[in-house]
Amino acid sequence: MPFEYLDHTADVGLRGIGETVEEAFSEAAKAMFNLMVDLDQVAPKRQLKVAREAGKLDLLLVEWLSELLVQKDLSGLYCSRFCVDIAEKPDGLHLEGTAWGESLDLSRHSVKLEVKGVTYCGLHVVQKGKEWIAQCVVDI
Amino acid sequence: MSEELALEQISPVEWLLPMSGDMRVPGRIFADAQTIDQLHKDVAEKKEWNALRQVRNVACLPGIVTAALALPDVHPGYGFPIGGVGAFDLEEGVVVVGGVGFDINCGVRLLATPLQGNDLSDIREKLADDLYRTVPAGLGSEGKLRLKIEEIDELLREGAHYAVKHGYGFEDDLASIEETGKIADADPDVVSRIAKQRQFKQVGTLGSGNHYLEIQTVDEVLDPEAAEIFGLEKGQITISIHTGSRALGHQIGQDYLKDMEQASRKYEIHIREKELVCAPIRSPEGRRYLSAVICGSNCAFANRQVITHLVRSSFTRVVGLDSTSIRTVYDIGHNNAKIERHQVDGETRELLVHRKGSTRAFGPGREESPPAYRQVGHPILVGGTMGTVSYVMRGTTLGMEKVFGSGIHGAGRALSRKKAAKKYWGENIKEELAKGGITLRAHSLRGVAEEAPGAYKDVELVVQTATEAGISRPVVRLRPIIVIKG
Repeated sequence: MPFEYLDHTADVGLRGIGETVEEAFSEAAKAMFNLMVDLDQVAPKRQLKVAREAGKLDLLLVEWLSELLVQKDLSGLYCSRFCVDIAEKPDGLHLEGTAWGESLDLSRHSVKLEVKGVTYCGLHVVQKGKEWIAQCVVDI
Repeated sequence: MSEELALEQISPVEWLLPMSGDMRVPGRIFADAQTIDQLHKDVAEKKEWNALRQVRNVACLPGIVTAALALPDVHPGYGFPIGGVGAFDLEEGVVVVGGVGFDINCGVRLLATPLQGNDLSDIREKLADDLYRTVPAGLGSEGKLRLKIEEIDELLREGAHYAVKHGYGFEDDLASIEETGKIADADPDVVSRIAKQRQFKQVGTLGSGNHYLEIQTVDEVLDPEAAEIFGLEKGQITISIHTGSRALGHQIGQDYLKDMEQASRKYEIHIREKELVCAPIRSPEGRRYLSAVICGSNCAFANRQVITHLVRSSFTRVVGLDSTSIRTVYDIGHNNAKIERHQVDGETRELLVHRKGSTRAFGPGREESPPAYRQVGHPILVGGTMGTVSYVMRGTTLGMEKVFGSGIHGAGRALSRKKAAKKYWGENIKEELAKGGITLRAHSLRGVAEEAPGAYKDVELVVQTATEAGISRPVVRLRPIIVIKG
């Protein structure tokens, strides 16, 4: 189960799971976009690049997801495929990501709900055994 | 149940969370027994997100005054619970992003028409179709108004006045909006360029989730004196618009969450949950965020003003109604933090009152209310679910004393979105509503399932609890006949 949703009464908890932290970040992004539109209907036609920094992994997850929300509004790109690279440098953690997707087409895409923001609520990026977990609550 | 989260019952509708550990004030919860059982159950089941723990966490914040409060529509949120109220001393206290949320000044506008319920019976479907086409709603929808960045700046300074100045509505609307639709001294420079860019296409859009546009009838008048003052009578057709500050507000929330995370560390503020990151109210970070909240609030007022204009145009087209005959009754937000004067232990103090999923509910006599409503207190707009009733209430003197003049904002969710989507199907909900005489137009059936009436608490019970607690009084009940969802 690469991503899953957690019960939260008002909003939605999402959790990306992967063998690496990068994979968990990619899965968390899938979980977020899947709240807005069925991922299997979104073709990877265009790509966008994201570069973000943070002092800690959990804050980097918020940076990554919130930047994808910004790009969704600015470029109209709804994404379904993600590739993430995280590097530890002297000044902090650097994320370079690529996302592939397409513009929304109401004749083909069954839309769901808008994600308003990425909260710090339930925010965790941890390694449990062989798995990395990247989770947070997003505001709907 | 963990000992520190055990509640003491004060009355059938009031409960105390006594001080323990690092709580600076007690928690005080106004709720029915069923809601309290659910809160206890969430604690017993060790739910990661439970409202009781959120009340406790808010009670631990610096400078909080009297109590961390939760109103009858309480349910788990992020940071503050939904239905949560926290008032803070301006010198000792903090401003908390999680006490406002991402949808700054999300709220409800109520419009009154000169029509009676049966006036629409033959044209209901046609009106629903026209409203659905006219008011942009749902994921990815774009507004008809396209603004440049300097125009967004003006909108942030002027709020609903900007919209009226550009032909979206009338001067008369402004007097019937909280803060007259424009909070003064907004500084657009504290809002990031990205926040403004995200708003370019979103002015005058409804959004999705629990946002809605409803055409309703006044089903019952419960307080004839106040109803007359608000200009509402039995059988009258009303219109409710529930939306907020759209992407601009969302981005302010996101930007300042990061700022507050840094500020919490800089000022060494101990917080019990990451989402409660905050800054001293008087610090540069705190002042900047509060200034950004003013911009977000003005953006939401402008948004509801533009949608008001679109709805009027629909009524003119389909019903032949003169748009000036559709009057704004009131417009009030339910996600905000405002500096207000309150009596605390016999002393008048200025406090920063956070209301997360709670409206201002000032009782009689307050100068913040429009002069026409001052005698009874301004209207409080309580949204129901799409299949059930909504209410107009008013504040009370007791509410000023007990809950810093705060009111309920809706029914409050009972089921998570995940559970609701498993239990309900959008198409079935639509059919059920139709059987009950409600026409639904929705952009997302999945959204309809998540927003199913059964996913919410009983709004009647929530209103009754607020009434029994004496913090608000019901004025009229509104029954939906057309519902437009994002």
